Amino acid sequence: MRIQSHPILDFQQRKKLAFSFNAQPLVGEQGDTIASALHAAGITTLTHSVRYDSPRGFFCGIGKCSSCLMRVNGIPNVRTCIAPLHEGIRVETQGTYAGLPDAEFQTHSKTTIRVDVLVVGAGPAGLCAAVEAASQGATVLLVDENPSVGGQLIKQTHKFFGSKKERAGTRGIHIATELEGELRGLEQQGHVRVMTEATVIGCYERRAEHHRFGVVQREQYTSYLYDVQCRAAIIACGAMENMVLFPGNDLPGVYGAGAVQTLMNVYGVKPGNRVLMVGAGNVGLIVSYQLLQAGIAVDRVVEAAPIIGGYHVHAAKLRRCGVPIHTSHSIKEVLGDDKVQGAVVVALDEHWRPKPGSEERITCDTICLAVGLTPSTRLLAQIGAHQSFIPEAGGTVAVHDQHMQTSIKGVYVAGDASGIEEASTAMIEGKIAGLAAAVSLGRTKNQKLLSQYHRDLEQLRAGPFGEKPRIAKTKITQLAEVPHARV
Amino acid sequence: MRAYERTGVLSPTDLVLPTKQQLEKGVAILECVQEIPCNPCVDACPVHAISMKDINAPPVNDYEKCTGCAKCVGVCPGLAIFVVKQQGTKALITLPYEFLPVPSPGDVVQALDRVGAARQQATVKKVVKRGKTMVITVEVDAAVAMDIRNIRV
Repeated sequence: MRIQSHPILDFQQRKKLAFSFNAQPLVGEQGDTIASALHAAGITTLTHSVRYDSPRGFFCGIGKCSSCLMRVNGIPNVRTCIAPLHEGIRVETQGTYAGLPDAEFQTHSKTTIRVDVLVVGAGPAGLCAAVEAASQGATVLLVDENPSVGGQLIKQTHKFFGSKKERAGTRGIHIATELEGELRGLEQQGHVRVMTEATVIGCYERRAEHHRFGVVQREQYTSYLYDVQCRAAIIACGAMENMVLFPGNDLPGVYGAGAVQTLMNVYGVKPGNRVLMVGAGNVGLIVSYQLLQAGIAVDRVVEAAPIIGGYHVHAAKLRRCGVPIHTSHSIKEVLGDDKVQGAVVVALDEHWRPKPGSEERITCDTICLAVGLTPSTRLLAQIGAHQSFIPEAGGTVAVHDQHMQTSIKGVYVAGDASGIEEASTAMIEGKIAGLAAAVSLGRTKNQKLLSQYHRDLEQLRAGPFGEKPRIAKTKITQLAEVPHARV
Repeated sequence: MRAYERTGVLSPTDLVLPTKQQLEKGVAILECVQEIPCNPCVDACPVHAISMKDINAPPVNDYEKCTGCAKCVGVCPGLAIFVVKQQGTKALITLPYEFLPVPSPGDVVQALDRVGAARQQATVKKVVKRGKTMVITVEVDAAVAMDIRNIRV
């Protein structure tokens, strides 16, 4: 189901691309991923549980959860939610075991790239880090797994908060375009190289001002290996949506709220016709409103906490469209055998326990989970950066100082990967990491600008909604001051 | 705990309400009561009626200075500003609207309150495009002027 008209976005008619799914001929559109083209054709079962053989669809939609792995042109384990659709490709579901590839392998020797700074992730933090470091005279390689840069900004159709400096009043999608414009300008001048559809597979060597990373870039279904040698690295690989436990939580039709936002706002595909939203934080409230804008009904929002966690203004927008928000309520189970056909919601008591007899059955074909995010820190763990579990940051994060440098000299972290927060603060953290890296490499001495960025960040975090990140960042920077035993 | 934290719906006691005279002149009601880091309304106001102690403080509208020009309505990222102007037994409500279809002046639409309930029919008086946000003025009965905050076309 494609979105035909939208109050904010223009989905123009794009070139049709023919492909096959389990030998069945299908048609997608230029700009689709394999998974979005399948969804548009009504195919939501992409894989099966290894253990129970039950059907599964994608959960995250941004290449993190592995629920979309399929066989494409004979190559197993392709992340179909971020793999672009190409004319004539053969898409197949995998069995319990993916099987060995029957594709032909071409051998290419690896290519070496030497830069001052490697930035991993081209979301708000990574884009700002790359632009900042390059504007200060450093040479930069920016790597992202997705087909386009912008990270999660490219699906944020709402206007951002903050001040003029943080581009307040501008929609996230337009902030992405503006930042990409700055990036492409620096690319034309030769200061930045941008690699999309590329994955940093690991760090292979680290010495003072000399780090080596392996990067695999995909071009259609051919892969190229790069040996990236950099003096500093900024890890800004974002976060992953959380799952909650309830029977049926892996059925096709249960998505992370961000996955649905990607599907409808980036690819113009409807996830379903009637949605239950779980979670009334800003993500749950904003995505619910955007579902309405895409012409999809929202049955209700349930929130386990006794109060709405997101901004009141976002809740008010939903309420005046007639969408109820039930606090102290949660989802108990999903109804349906091989796809979502409804759900049972239940009231919770003051100890967050289900109240017996309060169950209510509702009809819906889609369930969105907006129950928080967890920082993506696997690359930082592999590099060996010291990590700590900080509940207020959303999980385990790399300990870092106020300039975003981790326990490893020359390795920085920024944005949600350094603790869950907002896109506006992620952009400033990216600027801080980019500038701090350029300063440490002797490319600039602009300490004044660095102090300014710190003040901007402090201001954004000063209110009651900034309390959690304030606590998280205080704990993290205090830990950074403690010398740790090195392994 | 304030009720709106649980319901998402403001009551008149959560707001600083204008006087009858100010309402007759037409003023912007800022339905933004929490401390969130945001200030585009302050920059948008041509007569400097909207102020903030700092970026996290809720905005305050000086109803004496406010001219009801509605510049702030299409700017507010939270879509939380409404201009109310009372004219005898009728009132004009200017509100932000981000849905399709976009109505035209003269159309009759449903006037919805803060919980999305249709309260009465309203006539569209004016439609102004501010980027992708439509700023729409509708006429309703004065009795529901402080309740109507949305329309359904």
